[in-house]
Amino acid sequence: MINRRINWYRYASPGNFYPLAGKLIPWFAIPAAILFMVGLYVGFVIAPTDFQQGDAYRIIFIHVPAAWMGMFLYVLMAAYAGIGWAFNARLSSMMASAVAITGAMFTFVSLVTGSLWGKPTWGTYWVWDARLTSTLILMFLYIGFISLQSAIEDYRRADRAGAVLALVGVINVPIIYFSVQWWNTLHQGASIRILEKPTIAPPMLAAMLIMLAACWLYSVAVVLARVRCIILEREQNVARVAEAGA
Amino acid sequence: MSAPSTLSILRWLVWRDLTLAWRRRADVLSTLFFFVIVVSLFPLGIGPETNLLRSIAPGVVWVAALLASMLSLGRLFANDYQDGTLEQILLTPQPLYLLVVAKIFALWLVSGVPLALIAPLVGVQFGLPQDTLLVLTISLFIGTPILSLIGSIGAALTLGLRGGGVLVSVLVLPLYVPALIFGAGAVEASIMGTSPQANLSLLGAMLALALVFAPWATAAGLRISLE
Repeated sequence: MINRRINWYRYASPGNFYPLAGKLIPWFAIPAAILFMVGLYVGFVIAPTDFQQGDAYRIIFIHVPAAWMGMFLYVLMAAYAGIGWAFNARLSSMMASAVAITGAMFTFVSLVTGSLWGKPTWGTYWVWDARLTSTLILMFLYIGFISLQSAIEDYRRADRAGAVLALVGVINVPIIYFSVQWWNTLHQGASIRILEKPTIAPPMLAAMLIMLAACWLYSVAVVLARVRCIILEREQNVARVAEAGA
Repeated sequence: MSAPSTLSILRWLVWRDLTLAWRRRADVLSTLFFFVIVVSLFPLGIGPETNLLRSIAPGVVWVAALLASMLSLGRLFANDYQDGTLEQILLTPQPLYLLVVAKIFALWLVSGVPLALIAPLVGVQFGLPQDTLLVLTISLFIGTPILSLIGSIGAALTLGLRGGGVLVSVLVLPLYVPALIFGAGAVEASIMGTSPQANLSLLGAMLALALVFAPWATAAGLRISLE
């Protein structure tokens, strides 16, 4: 009898994962590109103009998925780093380092698009709103993680130190969010509110969800490509053998 | 020879750190002066208008306290790391968690407590009323141990790295945000004439949380850095 069970642990080895990642990348990158185009088309052409905000609102099709990804990728990064630390799984730690940069990028994009949206809608680029402030701090946490890892030359130590920092950050993110919200309500009677949602039109929702899926697929593709670079960098022998075998 | 109890080991550790701090009084004092000088620079930059100064005082004093306590983090493990004491500490049979708490406590005694005691003096510079000065001191008494606890994680993780000092600030300052908000919030509430109790309670809750989790993370960080 043939044992049909796939040995998933096989792919926990960087040497085995390297060719697999290479094969997987197009399966995520191409749908991501298609969905980006579809999402942008639905968002910019089909979706109706908002009667309160005009066309300026259309930036949310990039802004909202970017903000979601920024937050979610931090948790994902911490999970990878924690697993890598707890089970001594090198690949998991490498994934954490790879995710960090994409997460920081999305957080940055959400801050930039948010302020570009804020100018026509609120009349100012920056408000010390709870969400904006906590997103800014989230980006600082990403920067801390990335700079700690790049300051340590020994990979093992870099992985573990990053894991401790990421886990501490994950505990802190909700505390920071609620404290900022509390501070905001104390400081100023909310002069500007995040828009009261007008019943969102179906094309708007569709565009947002398509864009979210596109961001997801893009993240997977980019993280896989980056983790391949990290494997090459750290485990030159393993990767070269894998390359020859593939 | 019977092994010394954990409690006496902890007492020795605190006593040793305090003695070392006393021998290097200049380090302790320079952190304190840094705090006073930073706070005194603000009126020079902003202008001597009393109302304005009073309204920014909570934030200024607290941010200065944040920076000063961050500077003092370098003393927590770096010297012990260089002369090998830290390795001996890690090798003792006592739980590292408690040893870390003892070291942080000693650091707080020489960095946080003087800060909280001198804060009313700089508060007077900003024209704060008497009740508020008391709240300022209380908020710093509750808040500075949080800063030392959270900061110790950064100090442990960056042990022996090049450019460790700047790196610590990048790691630790974002984590200080909640303490800053509630600490400065308590002082501000007192200036507004409302009760600072809600903010102080939240600050106390954070101290309890930090006391449970931070030494654990610091101990893990030390083991990683000394591997």
